Amino acid sequence: MNRKIGTAVGFLLIMVWCLLPVAWIISLSFKSQEAITNGSPGFLPVDGGGAGWQNYIDVWNNEQFRRAILNSIGISLIATVLSVLIATLAAYAIARLEFRGKKFVLTAALAIAMFPVVSLVGPLFDMWRTIGLYDTWPGLIIPYMSFTLPLAIWTLTAFFREIPWELEQAAQVDGATSWQAFRKVIVPLAAPGVFTAAILTFFFAWNDFVFGISLTSTETARPIPAALSFFVGADPFNRPASLLAAGAVIATVPIIVIVLVFQRKIVAGLTSGAVKG
Amino acid sequence: MAKIQMKNIVKKYGDGFPAVNDVSIDVADGEFVILVGPSGCGKSTLLRMIVGLEDITSGDMMIGEKRVNDLAPKERNLAMVFQNYALYPHLTVYENIAFPLRLAKAPASEIDEKVRKASKTLELDEHLDRKPGNLSGGQRQRVAMGRAIVRDADAFLFDEPLSNLDAKLRGQMRTEIARLQKRLGITTVYVTHDQTEAMTLGDRVAVLKRGVLQQLATPRELYTQPNNLFVAGFIGSPPMNFLPATVEGTTLSMPFGDVTIPQKSADRAAGKGLLIAGIRPEHFEDASVAEVGEGSTFRATVDVVEWLGNEAYAYIPFEAQPEVQEQLTQLERDLDGESMRTQLVVSIDGASRITAGEEADIWVNAEHIHLFDPSTGENLTKEGKVQANEQATDTGEPAAG
Ligand SMILES: Nc1ncnc2c1ncn2[C@@H]1O[C@H](COP(=O)(O)OP(=O)(O)O)[C@@H](O)[C@H]1O
Ligand SMILES: [Mg+2]
Repeated sequence: MNRKIGTAVGFLLIMVWCLLPVAWIISLSFKSQEAITNGSPGFLPVDGGGAGWQNYIDVWNNEQFRRAILNSIGISLIATVLSVLIATLAAYAIARLEFRGKKFVLTAALAIAMFPVVSLVGPLFDMWRTIGLYDTWPGLIIPYMSFTLPLAIWTLTAFFREIPWELEQAAQVDGATSWQAFRKVIVPLAAPGVFTAAILTFFFAWNDFVFGISLTSTETARPIPAALSFFVGADPFNRPASLLAAGAVIATVPIIVIVLVFQRKIVAGLTSGAVKG
Repeated sequence: MAKIQMKNIVKKYGDGFPAVNDVSIDVADGEFVILVGPSGCGKSTLLRMIVGLEDITSGDMMIGEKRVNDLAPKERNLAMVFQNYALYPHLTVYENIAFPLRLAKAPASEIDEKVRKASKTLELDEHLDRKPGNLSGGQRQRVAMGRAIVRDADAFLFDEPLSNLDAKLRGQMRTEIARLQKRLGITTVYVTHDQTEAMTLGDRVAVLKRGVLQQLATPRELYTQPNNLFVAGFIGSPPMNFLPATVEGTTLSMPFGDVTIPQKSADRAAGKGLLIAGIRPEHFEDASVAEVGEGSTFRATVDVVEWLGNEAYAYIPFEAQPEVQEQLTQLERDLDGESMRTQLVVSIDGASRITAGEEADIWVNAEHIHLFDPSTGENLTKEGKVQANEQATDTGEPAAG
């Protein structure tokens, strides 16, 4: 009984710790600009200081903001899909095949992931300017992929190693081609791994700020975290905090949707029962 | 349905070691053939070459009239039950069984009909909607069988299907498999390391040792007419006793005494020097209880007695000459055994009153003594082998397992 109470209290503390900033941003997003300028320290808006949905409407009506959201969604999704696709095939090969340089591929992948992001921004800026990738979607998709692929490959390799090879052979004996065996047996079993990799990749791409601000110059490719920092409003000396808060909340929505969608797919222990345990 | 012909099949893995070496086996249409041997002898490799999961280094694999060496597993139309069942954990029992039919793009109504028929045969009806992870070992085993019988495969292949079950279930499933195979009349190749399974299930049994086929024969012939020391030691439980022996005239001298053997056997062993005599435990008897017939009686001190009710096993230690000892130790190693066999195991009547430490009169049936050449392991007394023109007399006694 005591333990239960202890668990509950600990749980509550962690929840408050994690969610307080989020709650505060939501609270900010419902206050009017004047109320914030005048000082409105309470969690709930003071009388007459509430703005209702006005901040959200204003943000959404901003052309720049809408472009940025579109850029972010497009770039992140493409980077995620490509990264997961390539990682799945690579990880399958690493888990199943014996080939020279297998260790090298795995170590090199890890080494890439260890590079600090900032150290690559300078060279990339120069290269992208020369090649013409500067301020384009591929200009961001490529670095996102190279930073998420290693992690995705490692995660998926671990998942594929867990799957008994006999399952694939059984499928082939049952009349499947190698590709059918992979698609109908291996992929469903590796699904939790695929979705884990997808979520991690999407998070990285969606939350990136450094590449987003350094490798773009206009709204053709600028993603949302970078765009929010350019969001100055009418008065440059008085940044529209409530509008920014509303923008931040909107920018969080896709992440929540993605997590909710994928979470249900991440069912661990799916391979249990394949073989006699 | 089809026959399977293996012609001089060789399999070399990357390191050049021949896991299967020049094996030729013909499996007739509808026949139940067992591949048996100690672990690592290449049985699984041979089975996997039949089904197409392993490349064949050389030789011809024929299914029906077709050479299938270069065909992918899916083109061979064989059904296989894996040692660990290899069920698809993300699919229900129903979908597991339906899997091969769905791949073959069978119409839904036909799939349903066939799956239900298979599930009825295997008593899986109430489990069709469950996932393999929630089933017991025996149920999983039956699902794996269901997936095999639902197709109209040309042959069934089993790789140690019962080795993961407990002893009782193993016995039941063994009978079940035998019944199913007889009813479906489908060509079957079955791999096991268990000689009891091999003897009870097979129409014919192929004994393998380190990739080489030792003997391919009916269970009865394997038991009564083993080709060599290895087969003799592998088939039968408790195993055949091996003793150093020399022949002079028709007198066979063994550590515990002399026995008179039939002229026929003596002729074949003449002039070979030191031999290994093989005698099955049941060809001994307590001379004081049984109606002993032709044969010899000797006195020996019994070390241990295990009484089982209907019979008892008496253990009698003996000394073996170094020349023979080496061969016997090697044999033990080949058979995956742990004990050094310098004791005689004697099966005596349950009514016998012999107790441990006592001296007893033991009778031995000289008719059934095999003589092996210690250097080659060859059975010198095998019927119809050395003197093919000699009239073979039936010395076979019902095989006691
Ligand atoms: N993939 C492989 N690579 C190299 N050697 C193998 C491989 N598979 C099996 N072997 C070897 O081949 C021999 C026969 O193996 P196997 O057919 O699995 O024996 P079993 O009779 O126990 O089923 C063994 O010595 C084993 O070590
Ligand atoms: Mg095996």
